[in-house]
Amino acid sequence: MLTIGAVCEAGKSRLNKTGSWRDYYPEITAKCTGCGICELFCPDSSITIIDKKCIINYDYCKGCGICANECPKTAILMKEERK
Amino acid sequence: MVTTEKLNLLAPGHRACPGCGAAIALRQILRVVGRETIVVSATGCVETFTSPYGQSAWEVPWMHSLFENSAAVASGVEAALEAKGEKANVVIISGDGGTFDIGMGAMSGMFERKHNITYICYDNEAYMNTGVQRSSATPYAATTTTSPAGKNSYGKMEFKKDVPAIALAHDVEYVATTSIAYPQDLMNKVKKAIGIKGPKYIQIHTPCCIGWGFDSSQTIAMGKLAAETGLVPLFEVEKGKQMVVRKIKNTKPIQEYLNKQNRFRHLAKEDKEKIMEKLQEICNDNVKRFGISE
Repeated sequence: MLTIGAVCEAGKSRLNKTGSWRDYYPEITAKCTGCGICELFCPDSSITIIDKKCIINYDYCKGCGICANECPKTAILMKEERK
Repeated sequence: MVTTEKLNLLAPGHRACPGCGAAIALRQILRVVGRETIVVSATGCVETFTSPYGQSAWEVPWMHSLFENSAAVASGVEAALEAKGEKANVVIISGDGGTFDIGMGAMSGMFERKHNITYICYDNEAYMNTGVQRSSATPYAATTTTSPAGKNSYGKMEFKKDVPAIALAHDVEYVATTSIAYPQDLMNKVKKAIGIKGPKYIQIHTPCCIGWGFDSSQTIAMGKLAAETGLVPLFEVEKGKQMVVRKIKNTKPIQEYLNKQNRFRHLAKEDKEKIMEKLQEICNDNVKRFGISE
């Protein structure tokens, strides 16, 4: 049921797990320095830098490959997803 | 523990295409404007992919009304805040369709009434959300579904509308163009804009992998090339101050940019050399006009 003004709660898009769209998945190698460039360029808000390490949230990563392409240390590899 | 999660005001799970440039622009904008912000969007890609009913991706108050009136709605929001004596940044995030074409009138009115609003246009150079129709932001000679290249046509025959110049003609406080490929530049400009009182206009170049026809991993690379060829000049103008332009060391030939996109693929044929030259001319003009090269 629509409320007046079609108001809805913030951040509820998390219910929609876009990780299932993926053909390729990014893998972080030991070369990662946690610079955060990938986090800045990730369109899907699925990268977090915790303690100078890049953590990918595979629930939402759509596998576009921007992170792997922009990583200055080439620390991210794109691998084929096997479902 | 140092984490960047608190800065992220666009929730994951939104329905943008993989490699979406507009989603990157959104995340970078929201990081700078912060939580004390009310965002108004016109119809467009951003509105569609962030707001299926019940599954909003926004972590700040956000409002959508129609295609043409984002500036009018935001004007009302700003006036209401002022009447109530409350403070918040009022930001409009609309696409090139809602800015260059359909929302032009409302935007002009907002500038003229001197509302304290930051108007941000993410420019992906066509109506992408409905299936790549040409807009007045589409560059010369690009093929779209409503300006198809073929036997009697070389794609869009008109030139891109110069909206930053139109904004400048309204004597607004701050006008800037930027690109998602230069996040520091983008965030600095947005930060500067929200700190200035009065109407502001920022235009962000956001490559679209589906509409332009390139691999989803190349979104940022394409944005960089657009700036490096001189096709998209990155500058800012503060009222009463001289224009500041982002310099490029060695400008690249336009072919490098065109060859990587399907929307310009038809220009590779021999009889289209003149069109290619015309595009190079546009770049050269920009380099000269804005003083892009170092």
